[in-house]
Amino acid sequence: MSVRPAALVLADGSVFHGEAIGADAPGGISAGEVVFNTTLTGYQEVLSDPSYAGQVVTFTYPHIGNYGTTPDDDEAAAPFCRGVIVRDLARRRSNWRSTEDLDGWLRRHGLAGVAGVDTRRLTRHIRDAGAMPGAFGTAPVEALAEAAAAEPGTAGVDLVALVTSDAPYVVGSGPRRVVAYDFGIKQTILDHLATIATVEVVPASTPAADVLARNPDGVFLSNGPGDPAAVTGAPQTIRALLGEVPVFGICLGHQLLATALGGATFKLPFGHHGGNHPVRRLADGTVEITSQNHNFAVVEDSVPGAEVTHRNLNDGTIEGLAVRELRAFSVQHHPEAGPGPHDAAYLFDEFAALMDANRPDPNGKGTN
Amino acid sequence: MPKRTDIESILLIGSGPIVIGQACEFDYSGTQACRVLRSEGYRVILVNSNPATIMTDPDFADATYVEPLDADVIERIIARERPDALLPTLGGQTALNLAMELAESGVLETYGVELIGANAEAIATAEDRERFKDAMVGIGLSVPASAIARTMDEARQAAVTIGLPVVIRPAYILGGRGTGIATDDASFERLASAGIAASPIGEILIERSIAGWKEYELEVMRDSADNCVIVCSIENLDPMGVHTGDSITVAPAQTLSDVEYQRMRDAAFACIRRVGVETGGSNVQFAVDPLTGDQVVIEMNPRVSRSSALASKATGFPIAKIAARLAVGYTLDEIPNDITRLTPASFEPTIDYVVTKVPRWAFEKFPGTSGILGTQMQSVGEVMAIGRTFPESLQKAMRSLEQGRAGLNCDPGEAAYDALDDDALLAAASVATPERPFQLEALLRRGVSADRVHETTRVDPWFLDQMLAITEEREYLATTGALEMDAAAWRRAKRLGFSDAQLGYLWGLPEAGVRAARLGAGVAPTYKTVDTCGAEFAASTPYHYSTWEDEDEVAPSDRPKVMILGSGPNRIGQGIEFDYCCVHASFALRDAGYETIMVNCNPETVSTDYDTSDRLYFEPLTTEDVLNVIDAEQPMGVIVALGGQTPLKLSGQIPEGLVLGTSPGSIDLAEDRDRWNQLCAQLEIPQPAGGTARNLAEAQEVVARIGYPALVRPSYVLGGRAMEIVYDDESLERAMTELAGAGSLGREGGLSAERPVLVDRFLEDAVEVDVDALRDVAGEVLIGGIMEHVEEAGVHSGDSACVLPPQTLAAQTLEVIADYTRRIADALEVVGLVNVQYAVKAGQVFVIEANPRASRTVPFVAKATGVPLAKAAARVMVGSTLADLRREGVIPDLGVAAPMYPGADGRLRHVAVKEAVLPFNRFPDADAVLGPEMRSTGEVMGIDAGVGRAFAKAQLAAGTRLPDSGTVFLSLADRDKSTGLAAARRFTELGFALAATTGTAAHLRAAGLEVAVEVAKIGEDGTDAVELIAGGEVDLVVNSPRGRGPRADGAHIRAAAGVNQVPLLTTAAAGLAAANGIADRRQHELGVRPLQDYHRDLFDGSPDD
Repeated sequence: MSVRPAALVLADGSVFHGEAIGADAPGGISAGEVVFNTTLTGYQEVLSDPSYAGQVVTFTYPHIGNYGTTPDDDEAAAPFCRGVIVRDLARRRSNWRSTEDLDGWLRRHGLAGVAGVDTRRLTRHIRDAGAMPGAFGTAPVEALAEAAAAEPGTAGVDLVALVTSDAPYVVGSGPRRVVAYDFGIKQTILDHLATIATVEVVPASTPAADVLARNPDGVFLSNGPGDPAAVTGAPQTIRALLGEVPVFGICLGHQLLATALGGATFKLPFGHHGGNHPVRRLADGTVEITSQNHNFAVVEDSVPGAEVTHRNLNDGTIEGLAVRELRAFSVQHHPEAGPGPHDAAYLFDEFAALMDANRPDPNGKGTN
Repeated sequence: MPKRTDIESILLIGSGPIVIGQACEFDYSGTQACRVLRSEGYRVILVNSNPATIMTDPDFADATYVEPLDADVIERIIARERPDALLPTLGGQTALNLAMELAESGVLETYGVELIGANAEAIATAEDRERFKDAMVGIGLSVPASAIARTMDEARQAAVTIGLPVVIRPAYILGGRGTGIATDDASFERLASAGIAASPIGEILIERSIAGWKEYELEVMRDSADNCVIVCSIENLDPMGVHTGDSITVAPAQTLSDVEYQRMRDAAFACIRRVGVETGGSNVQFAVDPLTGDQVVIEMNPRVSRSSALASKATGFPIAKIAARLAVGYTLDEIPNDITRLTPASFEPTIDYVVTKVPRWAFEKFPGTSGILGTQMQSVGEVMAIGRTFPESLQKAMRSLEQGRAGLNCDPGEAAYDALDDDALLAAASVATPERPFQLEALLRRGVSADRVHETTRVDPWFLDQMLAITEEREYLATTGALEMDAAAWRRAKRLGFSDAQLGYLWGLPEAGVRAARLGAGVAPTYKTVDTCGAEFAASTPYHYSTWEDEDEVAPSDRPKVMILGSGPNRIGQGIEFDYCCVHASFALRDAGYETIMVNCNPETVSTDYDTSDRLYFEPLTTEDVLNVIDAEQPMGVIVALGGQTPLKLSGQIPEGLVLGTSPGSIDLAEDRDRWNQLCAQLEIPQPAGGTARNLAEAQEVVARIGYPALVRPSYVLGGRAMEIVYDDESLERAMTELAGAGSLGREGGLSAERPVLVDRFLEDAVEVDVDALRDVAGEVLIGGIMEHVEEAGVHSGDSACVLPPQTLAAQTLEVIADYTRRIADALEVVGLVNVQYAVKAGQVFVIEANPRASRTVPFVAKATGVPLAKAAARVMVGSTLADLRREGVIPDLGVAAPMYPGADGRLRHVAVKEAVLPFNRFPDADAVLGPEMRSTGEVMGIDAGVGRAFAKAQLAAGTRLPDSGTVFLSLADRDKSTGLAAARRFTELGFALAATTGTAAHLRAAGLEVAVEVAKIGEDGTDAVELIAGGEVDLVVNSPRGRGPRADGAHIRAAAGVNQVPLLTTAAAGLAAANGIADRRQHELGVRPLQDYHRDLFDGSPDD
């Protein structure tokens, strides 16, 4: 096996050496905002999650690729992240579900990466200096440094336009009708929604009137990449829906709901990316371990009329909001998991209950 | 919820002696619990019979009972202390079983003691296999098809329904004892009947065998608000069929996708909730079919376990500490994460390294055992290694084992596989043994494909491919040389875990040469931190491991630093006692203002708790790894004398100026036979005649001079490894041949030119005496304790019961012993501890050996006398004098008329007896005989006002319940017949009937004793001993063997006692002590008393006249 030396250069000039994996990038250079994810399992879901658009994902767990990949675990038809940095890429995969190894998956999707990197040093650097643009590949370090300097990062960039679907489509055949705004929606979210509703997925730019015309039982605001402040038009659209129909938002959907309500968002130093974040459900004080993937969060006390329903126990940031009278609620974390723990999956049931409270019960059972 | 204020005092039950399946991980968990509960303001009452534990230090609990772990005894403690609550989940299976017994018998209710941490219902649901299975099926989880049987008929019926192969497990047995896989009718009959007999409730579980499936464990915590977290996932390298305690295990799980992992996580939560463990830690084991992903629940432990200790060390999440807090009412989110300090404990640790645990076995000590691993745990210890990748951590673990291996092969030990062809090696690897990982590598190196190896062994292909990466790198390295390696090449090899020793083997260079070349290329390890969070948050806990990366996170401080080398994996002869000493050294030096740095690789221990020292390096105790830490930390000194033989062996490799305390030269002087003999002659201290031998001819020469019987033993070993008493030329020849064979393989205790064998005249019928003493730099010697062995010389001191203070030696003899000890300590210029062994024959004192280091008995002596010897030793080693320590109150000031040792002036008004605990029940094919090679895994202490009661307590604590009446069966070797007669007479006086073998009966009758039953020789007409014992007609067996002979009647008698659970004593001396114990017990009611009271009497009270 011939080794292709490669390096990662961050915008601040730090250099990390390793060897190239995955596809060959044009000119031997890939670039994006470098973030780290601390999950031990679920690399395929992470890499295929559209919310990582524009980002280079560093896995803190050293062995990546051990159990290969399977189409069942893709979160989208194709990945939108810009690359992957690992300590060690598995030479051989082992799992009964696996159909392809990770290196093959990366090549098939045209994604490049670097292996052999001291990813702990990289993680500590990002933790202390903040997520920042970087460039990697087989090109000379000087060329990579230039590319890193030229890379804009994610703040202020509308990445949703890149990942949203072009046309509406329908998923599932559940008893309720949900319209889901696709800001970069994950397959696992669709799988969950499909168990409670017939879901029509619509492009991010779909006007509120078109959605209301479909007479849905509820509207779902999906996850998605980047800076909520850069997603033009969405807050106005959401504002037009609020009060008309129950609304549930996840991650970017949560940030956009907050923005629509008049709230503000800010960029976290290095974001939350992992599967072990404790979140307190304020209603009863219990703690759920959650899957997280976001760089921005809602500013404390910035959302008029909204109740904080969930809070991150690591840094105290807002994890959930609700406006009872508008029948709208949202969470920053990922109740659908994919990857991650299932502790917050009950939120889909709450969405169903909220919709049922608003319409005759589809199953003839009593409503709450 | 904040902590409970309705309870004030809590009783904690420890796990008792170290036995296979229950080792010092429970000292770690119990010690954490004691510290936490006391810091929360509770009064802690502790009971544990094991004196070698750190938890039984009087500093760790308000009342510390070193008493037998027996329901009657604990009831007395409860009556005396009236605790509000009992926490049973931190003392292993022993504590859990006792708690159940106390709950069922109504004791807890009578005294109003609340069970906290787990309730009786939950314990029963988890422990009763049938209930557990029903509970799991009830919540929709899969379990292997199974049935319960209480009779052989039920068992046979179940086997037909389920279909062979099946696993048979006796109910309520710890560590999988008695468990086995039945593949055919014959093995089924054998295992099922043995299992029914072994189970305390006469019940077995018969279960579909899922041997070959993948095995996983999840460590779960739950709090009273129903918050659940997974602390760690563990994947076993060995497939199902090998007990998890005997498996190589890896954290985190390596080959589960997130979908499967989350399903397992959900199942684990459902399991703990259904079982009803309200607060605390549990572990849930799963098996996964590698072909379909089918997941079944195997079992759950509703308590802190061996795996939770491993998970705590693997992640930095202190399970026991948190479990103790949860038990008193806190919830996870109210407890801060120690390591990040800013985030709560209600999270799931994530790690950015790989942890590998490898067990260590002791089959060589039990001739006759198969050495095959199975569903019954047989290992005596384990190591853990941390690396950034699996190959690195695996190789580190292999060299941590200290079994002469430098890694995963690539060392002289690999020659053992050369003789086998591919098929034979593959066949060998298909059977799980301690050799398997090395065989796997050897197969891959020969080019046998990973797929073929997987098919035969069922080891996951991912693990095999990781091993292959090591192999491929080795092939590359073999084509190059030390001087051709550039920094990148060094780093690649090091990242795959290659040690300098392995590279030296490959290149034909000494290890030091490899090190020099590597450092010349600028390649040194980097140290990373175990921080529970994959570097997401800044860590404040200095828990480190080495790896070969860009960035070193550890900045040395400028405080004066002392490095303490731990004792590595537990093994027979070197266990928890040495961890006790190292931990004490750390505490004492910390208190004295030093920064302490611990280096060790044993995950079960208190020393590897990140709280124990200022810094913890979880590293192998090899020359390379220790020198690397020294380079990184630049300590002012290194303590090598407290961790047993492991660090002592390194003392010559460490820059000499750094070794604290007794100099390496003195250590060598005591080990070098010729120089030691000269020293004794100079000091005019008698020794048994003897000499050294490098081969058989030399040994024969020595024997010609000194005569038989002779004691043959290798130098530089602990635990009497391969030590033997020989009575004739034939056995001398065999012993020497065995030693030479071990030497050529580089094994411990092997004979070589540098490590000759010692051949000494064996003193028959002598009393053996052990002394632990402490000498300071100014020359003052403190005699810590003089111990008289119950068994005569010839039984290894670690296997012999011993009594402090001595009971049969004249005051004058004790004076001589104290005097010799002082002279030897002076002559060796000891600074720190020294242990001297003597044999006293007909009033004359012979010195056997002196070891200027901590001995196995240091914690026992400290507990018996209240003098913290190990703490004092650490201070002495950094230059304090005993006078300084008395002034500071580190050791008690016994006044101007201070006795040389407690007990000399009668101040010691109690007696402490140490008894060894032997693992023969785990090795039914090995003869249960005591001899010069140590075989015990642990020890207990009995302490009381009189020697008889203390001895009876020690026996009870060791699991031998001495009978009050009935029949004593005696079968004695000729040399034991005089002591045996005394014992028999005593038993007769106590009203026991006697039974004996022909020769012994004749001897007893000749002395006028009545022998009720005389048994026939086995195989002859009439009832033989085995039949008599099996028939339940014997209440106590006293059988002393004659050397290490073929399986004679004696071996059958001892085996029968073991199988039928009749108390067995294998020396006449122990028989006499037992008779005295029974007599003493009749005079006095069983009393319980905390150590704190004994110690207070000793130092505050005035002696009675």
